[in-house]
Amino acid sequence: MDVQLLTYLFVGGSFALYIGIAIWSRASSTKDFYVAGGGVSPIANGAATAADWMSAASFISMAGIIAFSGYDASVYLMGWTGGYVLLAMLLAPYLRKFGKFTVPDFIGDRYYSNVARTVAVICVIFISFTYVAGQMRGVGIVFARFLEVDVNMGVVIGMAIVFFYAVLGGMKGITYTQVAQYCVLIFAFLVPAVFLSILMTGHVLPQTGFGATVLDAAGNDTGVYLLERLDGIVQDLGFGAYTEGQKSTIDVFFIAAALMCGTAGLPHVIVRFFTVPTVRDARISAGWALLFIALLYTTAPAVGAFARTNLIETVHQTEYEELPGWFYNWENSGLIGWVDKNDDGRVQMSAGAAFKGTPTFAGDRDEVTGSHGQRVVTNEVTDNDAEVYIDRDIIVLANPEIGNLPAWVIALVAAGGVAAALSTAAGLLLVISSAVSHDLLKKTLKPDISEKQELLAARLAAVVAILIAGYFGINPPGFVAQVVAFAFGLAAASFFPVILMGIFYKRMNKEGAIAGMAVGLAFTFSYIVYFKFVSPELNSAENWLFGVSPEGIGTVGMVLNFIVAFAVSRVTAPPPEHIQHIVEDIRVPRGAGGASAH
Amino acid sequence: MREENARAYWAANLKLIFTYLIIWFVVSYGCGILFVDALNNIQFFGFKLGFWFAQQGSIYVFLVLIWMYAFTMNKLDRKFDVHEE
Repeated sequence: MDVQLLTYLFVGGSFALYIGIAIWSRASSTKDFYVAGGGVSPIANGAATAADWMSAASFISMAGIIAFSGYDASVYLMGWTGGYVLLAMLLAPYLRKFGKFTVPDFIGDRYYSNVARTVAVICVIFISFTYVAGQMRGVGIVFARFLEVDVNMGVVIGMAIVFFYAVLGGMKGITYTQVAQYCVLIFAFLVPAVFLSILMTGHVLPQTGFGATVLDAAGNDTGVYLLERLDGIVQDLGFGAYTEGQKSTIDVFFIAAALMCGTAGLPHVIVRFFTVPTVRDARISAGWALLFIALLYTTAPAVGAFARTNLIETVHQTEYEELPGWFYNWENSGLIGWVDKNDDGRVQMSAGAAFKGTPTFAGDRDEVTGSHGQRVVTNEVTDNDAEVYIDRDIIVLANPEIGNLPAWVIALVAAGGVAAALSTAAGLLLVISSAVSHDLLKKTLKPDISEKQELLAARLAAVVAILIAGYFGINPPGFVAQVVAFAFGLAAASFFPVILMGIFYKRMNKEGAIAGMAVGLAFTFSYIVYFKFVSPELNSAENWLFGVSPEGIGTVGMVLNFIVAFAVSRVTAPPPEHIQHIVEDIRVPRGAGGASAH
Repeated sequence: MREENARAYWAANLKLIFTYLIIWFVVSYGCGILFVDALNNIQFFGFKLGFWFAQQGSIYVFLVLIWMYAFTMNKLDRKFDVHEE
């Protein structure tokens, strides 16, 4: 069977599975809709959390980023896993004991203030939309690449699928489809990685393979360690060593902290821990979640190292006409571009960009070709030796082709990419809809609506959220890539400190919490806006505060939040007696009933 | 008595969290970022040790920490008789 047919089969089959699960797990109450009835087993919740957490970016882009930036990409690996330690020890068990539906629920009740609740709702909606726009785009791109449908058509199909199980099933539908999506995506990520590892080092486990010695084409051990060889190759081409960093230590430190605390503060992750039956389950569930996530996150750096080695050895100094087929395919999609600067007909790789920006072409291959049959790049050429542009995102998508793996592996990767994007999008959409129907409508504007009406409002809010997300998917704002820093920075500077102090510092009152959130948010927001949108030309180390980039500034915002909140709470009245009792109560596990609205 | 018990339980919990977070900090920010260059002089199989901590080791330690915390807390819950039914 050819790749195209297999891909239709795999992606279509996975969709049928998701829809089947959605019908089986319809939500019939608000409790079902918001927290899946509070009866999800910790292992299932772990898998759902992992799928929720690992987005199109984790699945498609991360290994590529590691392949191209080596050690510097470690902040993402540590940042996006280390946050779970904070979550498991500092937040999840106590929030589960608190037993409400949403993050603004906790903030509004603990700080006995609808102002705090509303600030939290706005943050939730902003953070989640930032994130979801990228996901819908990811669905569209995977469709376009593998099924040869239009990107926009892909977005619409993705919207229809999410619509079906998110609106129908709410959290319950989402949870069980996410479990299925986790299985699809992890299998799709591991299979090519294991193949590559065996091919290059003879190790079945990629995790040990990338610390092993390389095999030559005949399968004999060369006695040279893969990473040593890779360091040598990239340094010969003028890059810094793969295993050593180029970023400043202070910036790496702050980015890692912002990612960790941001992870622990992201509402769509926190809310997953409201779905398990007990406090004990919440603790274990974080363990399962990280185990499932670590399967991908410890494999990705191996894939990055294999792919970089493979790529350079295949492409560098090879005559254009002799290159393997994937090179031409991705050149056709516009993700690879080559300019023959020294006119020798061979592709040279070197440090620096081959030309300015992403490639634009004079025309399709059948219209305009250069002297060797390549597509003609029209960008302004730079004066270094680099001749080829390779988009980072193709590393994972093209890996099966680069490694010459069977057609079904390519089809599997397509299904995995779609699963990763859909599962994250659905989780975010649910958080948005519950923020609107529960926190804004039920808790603030119209407290007297019945449960039936609230459920209807939740479904309607989900529909609207999907439509808006779809709109962003079809008309992506140019700043999607920049705003990811927002999501983590804002979560770290707002939710993480406020929730943490709400649990661990009984004396924290509403004045302190609101002041802290406001200062943390305002600072982080304006710093990012200033360097990303107002004066992007100043966005370099010498202009940054303490040398911290916008990606890491959430950490500073978080520290400010803590300081301001503490100072303000000391000079204002302590929280009322019953609030202090709530705090004492959430600290002990006994008595955790199901999550409830009252 | 009940209040005292809850206080002792909370103190034990805080001590545990504090200990584990020190380990968490040392493996990621310490071994993976601040002292990465020094550790890179040590060879660990085919890895430089600092690089290994940054891309593999820290994640394994995180996992162990979360599981150990869950098990230890379950025991503490019983010891202080605050466990769920």
